[in-house]
Amino acid sequence: MAKVKKEDILNDPDFQKLSGQKDTISMILTILELVIYFGFIYLVAEHKAFLSQKMSEGGSATIGIPIAVGTIVLSWIFTGIYIWWANAKYDEMVKRVIEKVGG
Amino acid sequence: MHQTVIGQANPIAIMFFVLFVISTLVITWWAAKRTRTTKDFYAAGRNITGFQNGLALAGDYMSAASFLGIAGLVSTKGYDGLIYSVGWLVGWPIIMFLISEPLRNLGKYTFADVVAFRLNQRPIRAAAAAGSLVVVLTYLIAQMVGAGTLIKLMFGLPFELAIVMTGALMISYVLFGGMIATTWVQIIKAGLLLGGATILVILTLAKFGFSYGDLFSQAEKLYTNKFLEPGGLVTSPLEAFSLGLALMFGTAGLPHILMRFYTVPDAKTARKSVFYATGFIGYFYILTVTIGFGAAVLVGQKVIMGIDAGGNMAGPLLAEALGGNIFLGFLSAVAFATILAVVSGLTLAGASALSHDLYVGVIRRGVANEKEEVKVAKIATVGLGICAILLGILFKGQNVAFLVGLTFAIAASANFPALLMSIMWKKFTTAGAVMSIYTGLIVAVILLVLSPTVWLDIVHKADVVAVQAQIKGIDAAAAGIDTQIADLQKTMVSADAIAKLKKKDMSAAEKKNAEIQASVNAKMTDKEALAAKKKDVASQMPKAIFPMRNPGIFSMAAAFLIGILVSLMAPDKEAQAKFDAEKVREYVGIGAE
Repeated sequence: MAKVKKEDILNDPDFQKLSGQKDTISMILTILELVIYFGFIYLVAEHKAFLSQKMSEGGSATIGIPIAVGTIVLSWIFTGIYIWWANAKYDEMVKRVIEKVGG
Repeated sequence: MHQTVIGQANPIAIMFFVLFVISTLVITWWAAKRTRTTKDFYAAGRNITGFQNGLALAGDYMSAASFLGIAGLVSTKGYDGLIYSVGWLVGWPIIMFLISEPLRNLGKYTFADVVAFRLNQRPIRAAAAAGSLVVVLTYLIAQMVGAGTLIKLMFGLPFELAIVMTGALMISYVLFGGMIATTWVQIIKAGLLLGGATILVILTLAKFGFSYGDLFSQAEKLYTNKFLEPGGLVTSPLEAFSLGLALMFGTAGLPHILMRFYTVPDAKTARKSVFYATGFIGYFYILTVTIGFGAAVLVGQKVIMGIDAGGNMAGPLLAEALGGNIFLGFLSAVAFATILAVVSGLTLAGASALSHDLYVGVIRRGVANEKEEVKVAKIATVGLGICAILLGILFKGQNVAFLVGLTFAIAASANFPALLMSIMWKKFTTAGAVMSIYTGLIVAVILLVLSPTVWLDIVHKADVVAVQAQIKGIDAAAAGIDTQIADLQKTMVSADAIAKLKKKDMSAAEKKNAEIQASVNAKMTDKEALAAKKKDVASQMPKAIFPMRNPGIFSMAAAFLIGILVSLMAPDKEAQAKFDAEKVREYVGIGAE
């Protein structure tokens, strides 16, 4: 593999692919997290009646309870998605770039 | 009357606590032998694994206030408490996606390393140290006062003694064992807290046949369906949004949390540790909410609020009801351990801001040997510890709940914007960063002081109470007049009755009625005068100069805006040129320490 100088690494297609993909994934997940959390806050502030609906006929739990717990669980799943992507793809790309520069 | 031993010296709690103290001191002694370099003292030699750091991050973050406070909030306010617990978690994914890897790759010991990476070291480090120290000190005061109050409530120890004990133990961990001891104290505490809360939840759910449905329907039976619906906590959308922003991005600006990312070997482990931490913290909040609902049903709001009006003893009371004195003792000791661990993490973060950023970075202009830096960090530890003890005693009996909100607002406004822009924005300059940090810091503090939280609830509390008492008096007087009017009207002869009367009696009755009507009219005038007086008194009610309770949205926006404007006004070509090197190191980790 052709060696690339450290100064030129920014223009290296592999590096550009790596940084571009990471930025995209980070941004998408950040926006998703903002949407679910502030979506939840919006429901709490503006649509209390929606959250107060009963989950089932004769039951007591309101829809708001699984929505709140779901926000917590989904946040964790998002971090899991990022880890899964980073371990599978990102680390590979980083390794390749480091090999190119010679460490 | 509900029987409880809470508030008395509990030998079992003391035994568990002594056990915890002995084991952590043994760890500190072991860690002390391994703490020689700055890398050991600040970053535990960068030998912590992702799983361990995940637990330690959770340990740093899960304070006794969130454990006891959220369980209490849920037990007294129901669903509204759940809304809070969601807010405490959602900052973690943001830390992972935007902060964790660049922070680890670019920095050495503090987040100021990252902000100062390609900018002018001294002004940045001075500003970042100011931001860190204010966050650390406000959070420390809140934790110390909370510690004193809780320990007094749970063990029956005097407030001052509790604070001195907490302070002395915290100083010993950090002073002798540095980050290695602090990390292991966090790990043990996180394990104990998660384990204890899990057992408590299992015992609780066993009472409901392991059915959340049963738990909720009994809660509904006792406290009506309002208990399971969003209530009065969130009223104004802007207020809710502002609080949400501060909680979310404040988490990503807490110096003791950011510092933990330097204890792992590389960026990969850093991100992994956030995954574990988010899982542990999310699980913990779900447990805490269950404990809150369980306490409301099995212990009852009356008993909970009888012991502590804020509901803080909901968890311990539930533990006592389900697991007896032994489990109560265990959980009380865990709560104490929790406080100790959090204040230790804070003290270490404060000490590194003082020594690594202020002493070495600003005073010595980056030139100091390892021995000297560790020595200064140790002196700073003792100084901060003594400060925390004195401030804790000084703030005894004060309402310090607002300090937690202030901590997050400052962290979100002073630390987070500068950190994020230094990582992501090529055109960010030294002046932009410095101005952004000071703007965020000052705006957050000033707006909070002028907000109802401080201006009405603390500064003008006496005036507010006086006006409220006056209004209450006027209302009572008005109600008195109302009954007098009603009584008078009852004595009137009705039109039907008059029609049946003889002519002579009729005019007498009408005359009498007219007299009564005249006195009713006089009473009406009195009432109108009272209404006018009430309006007058109400106008004397002090008003907050800044209307919102959560200023986060404005202070954060100001910090970003000033940072961007100042950077654009005076571009820094040198910093822009260095951004390329920063980018390579940020993404690939070449040259990372």
